[in-house]
Amino acid sequence: MVEVVVFAVAAAACLVGAIGVVLSRNPVHAALMLVMTLFGIAVLFVAQEAHFIAAVQVIVYAGAIVVLFLFVIMLLGVDRAAELSLDALPAQRWTAAAFGLGGAAVLVWLVAAVDRLFKGAKSLALETAGAASAGAGSEPTDYVADVSVLARSLFSDYVYAFELTSLLLIVAVIGTVILARRSYGADQHGADGRRADQHGADQHIDASESASTGTTSEAGR
Amino acid sequence: MTGDPLFADGVDWGDIAVMGVKVGVAFAALLVATMFMIWFERKLISDMQHRIGPNVAGPWGLLQAFADGVKFFFKEDLRPANADPLVFRLAPYISAVTAFVAFAIVPVGGVFADTASSGAGGRQGTVTLFGKETILQVADPPIGILLLLAMSSVAVYGVMLAGWSSGSKYPLIGSVRASAQAISYEAALGMSVVAVVIVSGSLSTQSIVASQAGGVNNWLLLTTGIVPFLVFLISATAELNRPPFDLVEAEQELVGGFHTEYSSIRFALFFLAEFMNVITMSAIMVTLFFGGPAGPVFFGWTWLWPTVWFLAKVLAFLFLFVWFRATLPRLRYDQLMSLGWKVLIPVMLFWLMFLGLVQLSGVQGWNRIWTFIAAAVGFALGWALLAAALRAAKRNSPDVDAEARPAQTAGRS
Repeated sequence: MVEVVVFAVAAAACLVGAIGVVLSRNPVHAALMLVMTLFGIAVLFVAQEAHFIAAVQVIVYAGAIVVLFLFVIMLLGVDRAAELSLDALPAQRWTAAAFGLGGAAVLVWLVAAVDRLFKGAKSLALETAGAASAGAGSEPTDYVADVSVLARSLFSDYVYAFELTSLLLIVAVIGTVILARRSYGADQHGADGRRADQHGADQHIDASESASTGTTSEAGR
Repeated sequence: MTGDPLFADGVDWGDIAVMGVKVGVAFAALLVATMFMIWFERKLISDMQHRIGPNVAGPWGLLQAFADGVKFFFKEDLRPANADPLVFRLAPYISAVTAFVAFAIVPVGGVFADTASSGAGGRQGTVTLFGKETILQVADPPIGILLLLAMSSVAVYGVMLAGWSSGSKYPLIGSVRASAQAISYEAALGMSVVAVVIVSGSLSTQSIVASQAGGVNNWLLLTTGIVPFLVFLISATAELNRPPFDLVEAEQELVGGFHTEYSSIRFALFFLAEFMNVITMSAIMVTLFFGGPAGPVFFGWTWLWPTVWFLAKVLAFLFLFVWFRATLPRLRYDQLMSLGWKVLIPVMLFWLMFLGLVQLSGVQGWNRIWTFIAAAVGFALGWALLAAALRAAKRNSPDVDAEARPAQTAGRS
């Protein structure tokens, strides 16, 4: 009973948030709706006894990623309601609708397939779960086991994937720093870039390109 | 070993009543403590500055905070014309709610015995309320201390949205500063929490406190080697936007920071959240590094002494925060950022690896001396690399200090 209520409330929060992200005209409101969806998913994780994943969901997604979204929205000053009557790419709406419907169809198919799979493999799944809890030597709902199991698989079976992911993140950070770093030898370009922002996207790209070449020459020196 | 023993044998109405009492007492106590914290801070700081401080409302001005609270209720609630109505109303509640929730994981009492020496098994730190065995904290979730990190990262929204939704420039600048500061120092804060978790071996605050039972030598302050505590103290001060890290509300530059446009009860909520966070962070520090409610039990009510010790330790930290405010001048923004990113985070990264190595050597039975030599070599290498990187960065950029100096003369009180 309690589980059904929790699921209903959390799922409703997820759905309302997701629809709100699409329908909000104000980017900040859309980001807040996204936070609502993320919180709903975190509650669903807690309902599944995946406490650690729920905490990470809140800390990383709600606490860091959407905050960065908001930073970008606020600092770029695009926090005005979008003008929807002028559409540069009229075809994108139809394309988006087609892709959305296709995605929904794939999702329904996946759920049905997984459901069929699990109906057949239910006894097997229960068996392995029992074996795992017997191996851990404690009751299966004990949470400490949950974290240590996660850590063990992350740092033993999947250690290469884990390390490669962190390497990828470092590469991304360094790349961002190099692209975003204002080159002090090329202050003129930087100012051009800012002015061009108001004129048009093409000029802006040109200016930032020249600014970035300035950066590379500076770095090469 | 986590979770409340209250619910171990199913849930009945008695359990729900005990839970209700705990939540109600925690809520009320935190509110009253916040009121007294405001009085305490004002009185203490006036003593340090040779002033008298509040002395009109009640004996020694004790009721000043209550009077201010009542006044806030009756003030006009203004909303700027440019403000985003919904978000403007939402932001204060995010701040206040996260401040309350974070306190839920703090064990405020209960006797914790040293399991290693006395051999006592089973649950620690439980008390019996109305014939029900329970723990003296609102909740002991399995994620434990991660709840603090989650709440402090959600609290960023309160500040950020308040600044943005006001539709005014100074709050926006203040909120961008505040959230950048909070995000930067959250990394160092999280890593010092990880040090505690590595040594105590658990995320649950109950288990963390239980692992420190049995005297000062077992306190995580010493067993983690003091560095994590210092990092935690500095980053908590920054996270709380307390002086010397109170750039968020640098009056000379930003009017009042992110809450400039707020008035009446909405402003009171921000104010409340700020002071409540000070109390919560002090309590968390006591829990993580100072044995929580640990202390000698003398006579009479054995269940009361741990709570007394806990409150005394929290009071010491509250005093420390006020002392900081009375003593230290505000940092410049670039100093704040370089302290966070170039000092605290590298130091904490090294210390985490060191603690991991020590733990591993304990498990594997390695030679202690060789372990320390390896750690020292690693530290020297890492420090040399970092120093080289910083020097290279400095060479390639103009003098940042020279650029920031005019801002400093304008920004200091």
